[in-house]
Amino acid sequence: MTGSDQRHASAAETVSFTLPRYVSAAGVHPPLDTQAYQSSRLRAPGQPLIPMTQRLTEITGPVLGAGRVTADDADLTTGHAGEPLGERIIVSGRVLDSDGRPVPDTLIEIWQANASGRYAHRVDDHPAPLDPNFTGEGRCVTDSLGRYQFVTIKPGAYPWRNHYNAWRPAHIHFSLLGRAFTQRLVTQMYFPADPLFPLDPIFNSIPDPQARARLIAAFDIELTQPDWALGYRWDIVLRGRTATVFETPGN
Amino acid sequence: MSEGITPSQTVGPFLAIGLPWPDGPFVVPAGTAGSIVIEGIVLDGAGQPVPDALVETWQADPDGRFNHPDDPRGPATAPDGFRGFGRSATDPGGNYRIVTLRPGPLPCPDGGTEAPHLDVSVFARGLLDRVVTRIYFCDEADANAADPVLASIADPARRATLIAAQDPGDAAGGRFRFDIRLQGDGETVFFDV
Repeated sequence: MTGSDQRHASAAETVSFTLPRYVSAAGVHPPLDTQAYQSSRLRAPGQPLIPMTQRLTEITGPVLGAGRVTADDADLTTGHAGEPLGERIIVSGRVLDSDGRPVPDTLIEIWQANASGRYAHRVDDHPAPLDPNFTGEGRCVTDSLGRYQFVTIKPGAYPWRNHYNAWRPAHIHFSLLGRAFTQRLVTQMYFPADPLFPLDPIFNSIPDPQARARLIAAFDIELTQPDWALGYRWDIVLRGRTATVFETPGN
Repeated sequence: MSEGITPSQTVGPFLAIGLPWPDGPFVVPAGTAGSIVIEGIVLDGAGQPVPDALVETWQADPDGRFNHPDDPRGPATAPDGFRGFGRSATDPGGNYRIVTLRPGPLPCPDGGTEAPHLDVSVFARGLLDRVVTRIYFCDEADANAADPVLASIADPARRATLIAAQDPGDAAGGRFRFDIRLQGDGETVFFDV
């Protein structure tokens, strides 16, 4: 550390400084101990979460992405010898914070089953065909207005072992880094009017029906490309922030 | 304008398709001078390894600075290749591993000092939202004693779940062990941030 850096650091320790504070997501996310979701029974913490004040580590986060993706990474239908089977779709939207501000330059990673409802993963033993032309992973970085767009195929519904005759509604997994540790989000995007919604314990783990509905993309004829692909629009909203000034006692 | 926040959903059992990066565990490139290894096992409530988890870390550089526009102290001068962010999927035995530099202590907005630490997110099938914890270092006893987050945990036994242990067989002092118990005996402290 240079002498100049040291002066900066010690100044920060003695003078008050301003940090943004990210709003609470209380009541939005599913409770960790959702009993209807069997896998949570041995994995959800039994002790209550301890409230933590947001400080420097929580209001900062990895701002990376641009160097980690190429334009091809946003098209899940290319990169193989042939075209994947299934219904070609465009999934597009904006990443915003809860104050309506766009979240630019943030990494979005997605993964999904193929059109038959089978994942290209050794653990998936659903007896539906793998597609040699579909791996089901994609990534992109939002632009300066928070916009993103993927080209993929519509994933199929698939059975799982949670309970008798359990089927997951078709979905695409989304992972977002956001601009701060506090904004990190992993979620799933669903398709409109899926008859499996009322039966799915993961979808229904979200207590508020309005919050649940925010995971469902909207069919969009404007986004749909003639003779090519159906368009689905889905905006993602991360926790917004407010500036809070902390005063050093005695100042 | 106020928008409704998008709710979380589990990463499910197939996160390995989309999330691991070849260089994910390397917060600094392998062989970086002064680098340390933090490794451990993720365990469920039956004491069984969790082979389909993802562990992510976020931390300050050795000067206690962040390369981020919201660090009010201005641009950091992090060592070459330091990313601050680590990501490790667990292996079939539930093990994760991060290669990084030791973070520096941090000033608090209200005048105190946070002990060197890493913020941690754990994702897995069975977790409908990430769980958040922190890694502190066993050889920072004085700094840990003054840390406001550790001080917010009343039970010393629970507080101890956040302290990475030095590997006793490690003469060079660069290996730390931090196991994550999601549930049950010795359950790791998780935070609502």
